[in-house]
Amino acid sequence: MYDDGKLTTIFLFLPPALVLFTIFVIWPILNATNFSFYKWSGYGELTNFVGMQNFQRLANHSIFHQSIWNSVKLVLVSLLIQIPLALTMALLIYKKTSVNTAFRLIFFAPYILAEVATGLIWSFIFDGDYGVTAQITQALGIDPIYILADKNYAFLTIITVIIWKYFGYHMMIFIAALQAVPHDLLEAAEIDGASPWRIVWYVKIPLIAHAIKLSAFFAIVGALQVFDIIIPLTNGGPSNSTHSIVSYLYYFGLVQLNVGYGSAVGVVLFLLCIVTAFSYKRFAIDKGGEL
Amino acid sequence: MKTVTTATTATAARKIKKASLSGTLARAAALSIVAALVILPLLATFLGGFKTVGELRTSPFSIPAVWHGDFYARILGDGAFWRFLGNSLVISLASVCLTLFCASMAAYVFAQIRFFGSKYLQSYLLLGMMFPFATAIVPLFLQVRDFGLLDNALGVILPQTAFSMAFAIVLFRSFFRQLPKELFEAAHVDGCGYIGFFFRFTLPLSTPILATVGTFAFVQSWNNYLLPLIILNDRARYTWPLGIMQFRGEFLVEWNMILAFVSLTIAPALIFFVITQKYIVAGLTRGSVKG
Repeated sequence: MYDDGKLTTIFLFLPPALVLFTIFVIWPILNATNFSFYKWSGYGELTNFVGMQNFQRLANHSIFHQSIWNSVKLVLVSLLIQIPLALTMALLIYKKTSVNTAFRLIFFAPYILAEVATGLIWSFIFDGDYGVTAQITQALGIDPIYILADKNYAFLTIITVIIWKYFGYHMMIFIAALQAVPHDLLEAAEIDGASPWRIVWYVKIPLIAHAIKLSAFFAIVGALQVFDIIIPLTNGGPSNSTHSIVSYLYYFGLVQLNVGYGSAVGVVLFLLCIVTAFSYKRFAIDKGGEL
Repeated sequence: MKTVTTATTATAARKIKKASLSGTLARAAALSIVAALVILPLLATFLGGFKTVGELRTSPFSIPAVWHGDFYARILGDGAFWRFLGNSLVISLASVCLTLFCASMAAYVFAQIRFFGSKYLQSYLLLGMMFPFATAIVPLFLQVRDFGLLDNALGVILPQTAFSMAFAIVLFRSFFRQLPKELFEAAHVDGCGYIGFFFRFTLPLSTPILATVGTFAFVQSWNNYLLPLIILNDRARYTWPLGIMQFRGEFLVEWNMILAFVSLTIAPALIFFVITQKYIVAGLTRGSVKG
């Protein structure tokens, strides 16, 4: 049969990706589902079936509640502060000029820094003996304030750092969308005498609605998987008040090798991601997209 | 709005001019403030590495009174620093090569060959884009342990590649689909098969997308913290994010040393970013806005 190596190509080109993906992505997730019904230390036979016990413990653990609440806070802050900020910046600098390009580069730069390095930089800035608060307290002549160790404010620092690091990323998504808005539409609005504000509000923003929804989706997925930034800043403390779902999973599942319990947290996180992805698809997907 | 008289257009034009002057000022102010907030922490970090601890305490954000080069020099003279960077480089480069290799071949099959099951396989791989790898870290850890790959670079490289596969395949696939069909037909007539076409035409024509995917995979791997954290225990094998956290533990209050260390790791990242930003932005916008 003459097939110019069609079959050979399929059987040669697909397996590397499929095999790697199956072994290191799909199989661990299937395993997590299975392990989550057991109490297991990761050694020896998997025999101690406990049913839903891991999930029950999880549902009753106040630190887990806190970590979920922290993720919700991150999502809200993203939607109410970060995305509006990113959108404002995008509207200010989306046109292609050299000054705009420079600002774009600056705003986007934090995104490519490693989370760990970012966390360290900001743990210096927030250090009560050295950073911003130290300057303020010294100027006022009062005792130093250690916000990173303060239960009421520690999570605020994480929120600040996340806005700082990721608003440029959302801005880039908006800039790409704004640059794709057809010129004649904007010109038509201008000729009709619409003020710049009205053009932004009634023309530009509706035309990039798909990008805003996508950005919101990324913000939610991002909030669900925060980890690297928390470790250098607060390490989940003080008194476990600043855990994210992933840092909770790491400390209460992996470090103590509670395989079953950690897997149960993973399954919950997995379900949250699936729900997010499907609701995004259902309510927001841009018809042309293939995400 | 369509029946404007000349008089009202004139006032409107005047209004716009007036608004645009104050608008320009407000715009410049907003951009400068945000840019300052982005740059200052980075600048303080870089300068902090030149200050004594005493000076850091009193003036963390100023230009150093005396430029002390010895903190930077001590880190640059430390073999461990270079080993961390070297380990990271090996892991990142290997992940990039493996990702480009596996993903481009799989994407080529999906873009070029119609076969039964193609759609299912693509949906299967796309599952990987829906959830963070944190969901399965506990089973993943056990799996890597059972393969005997703990404390082995491969234990980081393989899962890393597997998790960036889905995104890479999506980017490649949409690029390959845009290549002119006539090219394949012409090559086909000349007796070039699928495999030959991939290596002789598709890949050489795909340098922009190879650069984009490669840059993304590199940054992701270079910055990754959680995966090496669970896989690598031996200090000699640490990647730089692990090294920097350990360093932080050792030099608890010697912020100048930590800031110098951070600066030395983010400086190459920022330079790399300036060089490759075209590809990073391309990947971001192609992967997100267009799907």
